[in-house]
Amino acid sequence: MTFLTGWGRTAPTPATLVAPRTVAELAALVAGSPPRGLIARGLGRAYGDAAQNAGGLVADLTRLEPRWSLDPATGVVTASGGTSLHDLMTGLVPKGWFVPVTPGTRHVTVGGAVAADVHGKNHHLDSSFGAHLRSLTLLTADGTTRVLTPSDEAFWATVGGMGLTGVVVEASFGCVPIETSRVAVEVTRTRDLDHTLEVMAATDDGHRYTVAWVDLLTRGARMGRGVLTRGDHARRDEIPHAGDPLAFAPAARVAAPPWAPDGLLNQVTVRAFNQAWYAKARERRVIQDIAPFFHPLDFMEGWNRMYGSRGFVQYQFAVPFGAEGTLRRVVSRLSAEGVVSFVPVLKRFGPGTPGMLSFPLPGWTLALDIPAGLPGLARLLRVFDTWVAEAGGRLYLAKDARMRAELLPVMYPRLAEWARIRRRLDPEGVFRSDLARRLGL
Amino acid sequence: MKNALGSVDTVLLLGGRSEIGLATAELLVRAGARTVVLATRPTPVTASRPAGADGPAAGAADREGGGDAHHNGPVGRLARLGAEVHEIDFDAAHPETHAKVIDTAVRLAGDLDVVIAAFGVLGDQAAYEDDPVSAAESMAVNLGGHVSAGLSVARRLREQGHGTLVVLSSVAGVRVRRANFVYGAAKAGLDGFAQGLGDALHGSGARVMVVRPGFVRGRMTKGLPAAPMATTPAEVAVAIVQGLRDGSPVVWVPRGLRLVFTAMRVLPRTLWRRLPR
Ligand SMILES: Cc1cc2nc3c(=O)[nH]c(=O)nc-3n(C[C@H](O)[C@H](O)[C@H](O)COP(=O)(O)OP(=O)(O)OC[C@H]3O[C@@H](n4cnc5c(N)ncnc54)[C@H](O)[C@@H]3O)c2cc1C
Repeated sequence: MTFLTGWGRTAPTPATLVAPRTVAELAALVAGSPPRGLIARGLGRAYGDAAQNAGGLVADLTRLEPRWSLDPATGVVTASGGTSLHDLMTGLVPKGWFVPVTPGTRHVTVGGAVAADVHGKNHHLDSSFGAHLRSLTLLTADGTTRVLTPSDEAFWATVGGMGLTGVVVEASFGCVPIETSRVAVEVTRTRDLDHTLEVMAATDDGHRYTVAWVDLLTRGARMGRGVLTRGDHARRDEIPHAGDPLAFAPAARVAAPPWAPDGLLNQVTVRAFNQAWYAKARERRVIQDIAPFFHPLDFMEGWNRMYGSRGFVQYQFAVPFGAEGTLRRVVSRLSAEGVVSFVPVLKRFGPGTPGMLSFPLPGWTLALDIPAGLPGLARLLRVFDTWVAEAGGRLYLAKDARMRAELLPVMYPRLAEWARIRRRLDPEGVFRSDLARRLGL
Repeated sequence: MKNALGSVDTVLLLGGRSEIGLATAELLVRAGARTVVLATRPTPVTASRPAGADGPAAGAADREGGGDAHHNGPVGRLARLGAEVHEIDFDAAHPETHAKVIDTAVRLAGDLDVVIAAFGVLGDQAAYEDDPVSAAESMAVNLGGHVSAGLSVARRLREQGHGTLVVLSSVAGVRVRRANFVYGAAKAGLDGFAQGLGDALHGSGARVMVVRPGFVRGRMTKGLPAAPMATTPAEVAVAIVQGLRDGSPVVWVPRGLRLVFTAMRVLPRTLWRRLPR
């Protein structure tokens, strides 16, 4: 038995961790109808309990027939489900290609990216990972594999389906041609939340990648002031001539201390950080490498330990355009209560995919990391859940670790349709996770 | 499943009429629990001393009284808070049925996140001394019933890899007193059993939490003079929920009793014997 948690390090449960090397081996495990079921696990970057399975089997996919290939003519990559985006980038970038979508960390697998239908800073223009998929090879509950394309409903039950329709053993998706491995970045400060929303709405579409950091500890007139970062893959003529324009060599990772005192991230330290961060962000244009622009947190190995022994939860919700009032209410309540959240991130979403449980919808999304031990947190977030649901919004299942099951069908109106397809693919419920049990999925 | 902030989905209450158990279930439902299974003694043999309920006198009114009482009773209250409530039969005095009771609960609720073992009878020491058979019977409920039920629960929790069994022990078992030594001896045995079971489950993901309340004002103790540091079922429930959140192995209610009993344990026997009640 191995105790597993998600990235937030809350609610550990034991499971039998298996690491099949071949699809046949994995198929035999699945077909054996394990009594407590099986769930695929990639690099464990989901914050909550999506890749845990108390008392059951958890299949580590990172060693399953690892391989990937690129068709240089079309830019289509075909990769095994356990391939990490880090490995892909290491291979692709020097060849002049970039993954279509990357989350805030490179240390996720292709299977994990499909299962959560991950989004990146380019969602407003390029939608989420699922939108770029050409086909999936899914190992289903009967132990057979099938190739799915976007014309299959099982495909869209799998994209965003949190591993509950089967195991993605392979995926093909289109990549983006790049001239350099650098990003031309513009940094802008905003005065308050309304200003942040206004500038994003007005200028987002001019840049492939955009994101705003918002200061939640500032109250009053400056509440929700932010630092807006907008970037595009740099052209060859925008970068210095010396050196390889397509070099990809992320800095060696430093390790976070093995333990951090509880309460290290408190109002005082985070306020000081926010102040410094905001002050440092003068209007400027800079050329950055891929890693610091897309994955600033990857620089520190195990940074999730900084939140102390109780771990932390990420609260990420999306609300449709027109529901800015809900966003404002959440932000003002957070700032009024002085809730400590390290680096809250605001994004403007474009069109979603047909994934039935996909998270992104056209509108706004805010993501917050909050220490799980914060008094009154459960109640506060429950209030937010209701506001979000009322506004026609939803929470992100890849980040969730605490929402109430009742709200799920409200937030995901296509849940019943998903459940029907899932039952057809997996009538006995072989694919099961703690998330699935907690939310009655 | 327990979530990241400690709230749970399912609750099984063994001793479905226990005031402490119901108060705890209510708090857990308020914090998000969706399903409650009340395992209750079917039809009390005598109205005065039903085993399987925490209290002697009060007992079965909720289920006996037909629809209305049912609706206004604990089932109705939990349902109004949004929980799906099931009632199943459970007789602490019939250990051979306990494994099946747990299976039934699992069928209804799925994984058991919190199981509260809150059944027991207080009884009257003088009556026990007059009627040794009744004393043995109360022992069978207060200790024997917990052993069979607790082991059945533990087997399930171990399979699940998660879940907490909350065992309602008592300070009466920490050091047994002359005034209620039949009851106290059962609690002493129960307390030891629960600790051992907790050790047995160590590393399985499942846990046992031992709760040691002092004198609890409620149905069970109606008519008895309150002891110092008396509490209420509601206070015990709050302490239980807090303990679940913190993952405490032992909860004293009120907390100060822990110190008092550290002292009591070493009090010379000649003095201990003479303590009032
Ligand atoms: C620092 C950080 C930043 C992040 N930023 C973003 C972001 O910007 N945008 C975003 O969308 N997400 C973001 N995430 C979340 C992350 O992208 C997702 O949780 C992703 O699913 C993690 O992939 P993984 O390989 O680690 O999967 P795991 O965490 O191991 O598993 C997540 C889910 O995927 C399923 N799964 C994994 N592999 C397979 C497979 N082969 N077949 C079927 N199902 C599978 C699991 O069963 C589980 O349900 C971030 C996470 C971190 C830690």
